[in-house]
Amino acid sequence: MRARQAIAVLALVGLFIALYLWLHALGYGGAIKCGASGGCETVQTSRWAVFLGLPVAFYGVVGYFALLVVAVVALRPAALGDRAWNLVLCALASIGFLFTIYLTYVELFLIHGICRWCVGSAVVITLIWITSLLSLRSPALRTDREALPPPPDPRA
Amino acid sequence: MNRFYVVLAVLAVVLAIAVLALLRTGGGAPAAAAGPPPTVVDDGFRGYTLGQEGAPVEITEYLDFECPVCATFATVQMPTIKEQLINTGRVRWRFRDDPLAIHQYSRFAAHAAQCAGAQGKYFEMADQLFTHHQWAQTGRDPSSLFRGFAQAVGVDPNAYDACMQSGRYAQRIEFSRQEADKLQVNGTPTFFINGKELEFRRLPGSDDFKAIVDSVIAHSPPKPASPASARRSPARH
Repeated sequence: MRARQAIAVLALVGLFIALYLWLHALGYGGAIKCGASGGCETVQTSRWAVFLGLPVAFYGVVGYFALLVVAVVALRPAALGDRAWNLVLCALASIGFLFTIYLTYVELFLIHGICRWCVGSAVVITLIWITSLLSLRSPALRTDREALPPPPDPRA
Repeated sequence: MNRFYVVLAVLAVVLAIAVLALLRTGGGAPAAAAGPPPTVVDDGFRGYTLGQEGAPVEITEYLDFECPVCATFATVQMPTIKEQLINTGRVRWRFRDDPLAIHQYSRFAAHAAQCAGAQGKYFEMADQLFTHHQWAQTGRDPSSLFRGFAQAVGVDPNAYDACMQSGRYAQRIEFSRQEADKLQVNGTPTFFINGKELEFRRLPGSDDFKAIVDSVIAHSPPKPASPASARRSPARH
């Protein structure tokens, strides 16, 4: 349960980072707040800032939103004992993590610029990925029938 | 469990406020660079030029960076004109601003080009503004995009920011616009050849300019060649 809560919180943080970058890519808010280095402008205006016709940050918004929704749904009492949710979270986090590795490679070796917001997002998705991996190893909550106390005997 | 959802909701609200604050303080087109200045002073600047100073023909173009026809002319016709007429020393091309009132960001774009020009990158910046002309169709604030263009061509971003924030060249641009008004320029791009307006029924091509320049040179009295201009290679000023 703790892992799912942590993933929900981290996904929420990542969602707002991606949302800010996406809104900026759409032209809202003027110059991006990125410190004096200007790396965010370099990255955001590079040709790699668009993937399949959409701003890269848009995929971040969708990915983090999906992680948040799945984590919150998996926190329902009825879903707590179902380990399949851990697998779903781990699969989503792995996709995001692999995409982040690709984007970090592009930043470092093709654009030669570092965007602090992108680094923030990379840290968040890495933490989500590690947490989701650890959740696969943790024992499942015992909510099966055998673990529950026997129902009271109506004849008593 | 309920406590966790409360914490999550509070965090969402805090983050939403933070993002809104970032977007609101992100700036936008600085008013000093985006609007007309209250006063106009002639700083003696008469436009950036391409070509040799002693070229027999001078063409002045009044342009608007947001104008799609200007962008088409700059990206489609200008490369051939440069190759055939400017680099061969036959034409000197002068660029003057005429930001039209119907365009929201043309004055701002002209100012961005001037700020890049202060660092020797006017033509590189103009290329960026015309080549990536999608900004003119979106209607969105292009300030961060222009800053990216400036950085892409090697302009120091801090000096660029200071120039844009202060509206350093707003008077220069307005002076050029008023000059265009006095010359009764009623659209962009408008061309003058050796001070006389060229009139076209359609957007002229490089062949039109070649024919006109050939004709002007053929009917001009021969000029004594100055040693200085003869040695000078095609230059950007």
